[in-house]
Amino acid sequence: MKLKDIYELPNCRFLVKGDPERDISRIFCCDLLSIAMSKAPSDGIWVTVMGNKNTLAVASLTDTACIVLAEGVSLDDGTLAKAEEEGIAVAETELPVFDMALEIHTAGNL
Amino acid sequence: MSETLTFNYTIDGDDFTRAGEASSSVKNKLKQLGLDSDVIRKVAIAMYEGEINMVIHADGGAITVTVSDTDITMVLADHGPGIPDVEKAMQEGYSTARPEVRSLGFGAGMGLPNMKKYTDEMHIATVIGQGTTITMKVHI
Repeated sequence: MKLKDIYELPNCRFLVKGDPERDISRIFCCDLLSIAMSKAPSDGIWVTVMGNKNTLAVASLTDTACIVLAEGVSLDDGTLAKAEEEGIAVAETELPVFDMALEIHTAGNL
Repeated sequence: MSETLTFNYTIDGDDFTRAGEASSSVKNKLKQLGLDSDVIRKVAIAMYEGEINMVIHADGGAITVTVSDTDITMVLADHGPGIPDVEKAMQEGYSTARPEVRSLGFGAGMGLPNMKKYTDEMHIATVIGQGTTITMKVHI
């Protein structure tokens, strides 16, 4: 599955697109940053309700491909600009974490 | 014999949102050096946890990272309150972080355990009221 395969999901809006051709490894759901720090897979899609600058720092350090912010959570413009700079995709959705992760899972045949 | 590289960082204790910048910088430098991605990930996780701890508990501090042919050594020194019970602090789930820190997704009591888990050697020297110095080593 490539990142671009989920760009058009109906319930998900991309704020930063990242590299469309990036190969995705897994989907990962977690809101505690210390656990995400040790468990988020490289090239993964991370679905979380934790939207702050530290979320991006953890994504960057773990080589996460895409952060998906669930439950209507968003990131400030400065953090989005930083995500763009670091090549990390960011999307937002109104769906809860599990529902969004399931949609991505289904779309990507992961 | 090749040279040893040293990187120095000052960690600002006031700005929680900037925590992680030093770890990011080290990660990028190690990438440029062409080191194994597993080694880089271990260093990045351990150093980030340490960096966050310095901001949460110790009002910042200093980090020195040394890269030799065989190891990456991180020395994190602060002048914070010290750790009263190291054994307890090393237990997963034990945390003394403030509620506002927890609301940002930290304070799960995973910091020190993660640091130990992802490094090959870890040593904590702490004096109450004076500070803590943590030395961690990852073999290349």
